[in-house]
Amino acid sequence: MFNAKKAVAVLTAGAFALGGLAACGSDDEAEGGEGSVYFLNWKPESEETYKKIAAAYTEETGIEVKVVTAASGTYEQTLKSEITKSEAPTLYQINGPMGLVNWQEYALELDDTDFAQDLNDPGLALQGEDGKIYGVPLAVEGFGIIYNEAIFEDYFAMDSAVVTSMDEINNFDTLKEVTDDMQARKDELGIDGVFASTSLATGEEWRFQTHLANIPVFYEYDEEGVTDKQEIAFSYNENYKNVFDLYLTNSTVEPSLTPSKTVTDSMQEFATGKAAMVQNGNWAWSQISDIEGNVVAEDDIKFLPIYTGVEGEESKSINIGTEAFMAINSEASEADQQATIDFVNWLFSSEEGMDYVTNDLGFIAPFESFGDSTPSDPLAKEVNRYMTDPDLEPIPWVFTTFPSQKFKEDFAGGLAQYASGNMEWSDVVDIFVSSWASEKANLG
Amino acid sequence: MQRALKKYFPVFVAPTGIAFTIAFLLPFVIGIYLSFSDFTTISNAEWVGLENYQRAFDESQGFTSSFGFTILVVFVAVVSVNIFAFAIARLLTQKLRGTNFFRSVFFMPNLIGGIVLGYTWQQMINAVLANYGTTIISKWEYGFVGLILLINWQQVGYMMIIYIAGLQSVPPELTEASEIDGATRWQTLRHVTIPVIMPTITICVFLTLANSFKLFDQNLALTNGAPQAQTEMVALNIVNTMFARMGQEGVGQAKAVIFVIFVVLIALVQLRATRSKEVEA
Repeated sequence: MFNAKKAVAVLTAGAFALGGLAACGSDDEAEGGEGSVYFLNWKPESEETYKKIAAAYTEETGIEVKVVTAASGTYEQTLKSEITKSEAPTLYQINGPMGLVNWQEYALELDDTDFAQDLNDPGLALQGEDGKIYGVPLAVEGFGIIYNEAIFEDYFAMDSAVVTSMDEINNFDTLKEVTDDMQARKDELGIDGVFASTSLATGEEWRFQTHLANIPVFYEYDEEGVTDKQEIAFSYNENYKNVFDLYLTNSTVEPSLTPSKTVTDSMQEFATGKAAMVQNGNWAWSQISDIEGNVVAEDDIKFLPIYTGVEGEESKSINIGTEAFMAINSEASEADQQATIDFVNWLFSSEEGMDYVTNDLGFIAPFESFGDSTPSDPLAKEVNRYMTDPDLEPIPWVFTTFPSQKFKEDFAGGLAQYASGNMEWSDVVDIFVSSWASEKANLG
Repeated sequence: MQRALKKYFPVFVAPTGIAFTIAFLLPFVIGIYLSFSDFTTISNAEWVGLENYQRAFDESQGFTSSFGFTILVVFVAVVSVNIFAFAIARLLTQKLRGTNFFRSVFFMPNLIGGIVLGYTWQQMINAVLANYGTTIISKWEYGFVGLILLINWQQVGYMMIIYIAGLQSVPPELTEASEIDGATRWQTLRHVTIPVIMPTITICVFLTLANSFKLFDQNLALTNGAPQAQTEMVALNIVNTMFARMGQEGVGQAKAVIFVIFVVLIALVQLRATRSKEVEA
């Protein structure tokens, strides 16, 4: 008879061996050789383009480039499991300084790489506590209030309009006056509301719990001259409330219904001309242009800074910064690390690579080599306009220092309750302050 | 035959045994080890002893409150799912027209994934609540009712199939005899049918209990814990600890171990309780 017992023993041993591998992870196999690149991509919408880039690079240099994409919203999970494998990602993303706290052990120092030295603004790099660079942004993005200029032109032409040109709207008071007046005349203007609906459905609140919150936190940091705080006072909460109330009351929907609205709903209202303004970033361009029944002309889509009523805000522009930083796996073999560095250098400095970045990925790349070349979509052009305007100072993205997703969700929950009328503003402020403190303390 | 089976026993068991070891046993053992460690990835774990278990019960973790909510959901769901499933099964084992068609219809929701169901129900419930100017995440009660509706809609059909199988195995002699002896329909049900199908009830209660305890995707899609984590069930709380917070992986793992122990205990108690009522037909 075929020796069944032996077969079982072999199979079981095999199983344990496999299990053992899964348990202890990344022992690199033979060093040397040419090395290869394994890029763990976090933007599902860019997957096809990255695959094209990888193929082009392999054809040119013979170096293998593997691209794996994490499904939307699961990047941290995917990274956690992928990085322990024997074939771990060599190029991955770190999500700001908070992300670096978690991934420090796996992040290679990048000070000497060409792409790190080529940054427009060295301050954009992600630095560790030791002042060394561990992450380099691959794109800068901007967010503010996107407006439809055509609707404003209609308004300016009306009798007794509060202002007659966009240039006059450069502080919160004017913005509020204009918005209130437009809301009162919404039927004449042919819109459902000035602002597209505030999306507070779960998972859809990031425009408010993260982006809008960037502004009061920035002013608080700025006032005290710090870049992060263990405990926050949320001293500019009234400014947050100013603009949040403005969004809620001068909107296409009742405030109490906002917890059922998604970002897609808001972008749809804007794209179909039912709302004159919507708070979002330049990445929203594809959402505006792809929506069926889109009536907004490309030339009419512009950015307005988010004014909240802080003194001196006339000189501030939109929020420009970056959240995703490229990092190289310090646990990968040296050959792989070198191959990865070469690949990134190629992508951001060779003509072919740069063409992919600007025209296919649509990134505003923050490197000297790119000069003035920017993507051709209207919002990216606007970001570039604000970036290069010498009179206006962009508000940097400080929300990368927000303690955790949990904190953002806690705050968003408060916002939804406030919008529904179940919670006082002071309670929302309490949630912000206490959740910040406890989540920061957890990082310890 | 018996001897041949005995001889080839390892061959038949090995594939399942190996799969079980790789996909369940090893991760479980590693998981227990990790619950005593501080880690970001499983390869850089550092032993910290019982610290994670202590931190799991901090108030800011919301673990105990999610446990409370879960138990409430499980209790209502187990009772309602089983009552509905049994009632429908009774109805569909009568001599009615189209019973097969209705069986399929009731079973169908079970084939749809939890995430899809969650979002679909969220839309439907919001559409209704919009008439009253509110939404499902405005009050936890709405989310709770939504979850119960969803669980029932999804699981009643599945349990119904098991109950139908059980009801069909009740010997007709027994029910006939009780009818001849003058028992009412209710008395027949109470004293003949239910005792005989007790093993089926054991299975169904166990399945609904386990399914409702480990409910995750429906919860995620329907409310994602809103408002203020008041509708967050334990599984969602654990996942959020692992992935929505920084440096909390070990705590999440500790919560998972506590959760497993708790659910196993509850399930054993339930099995023992319902088993003891089983009778020989």
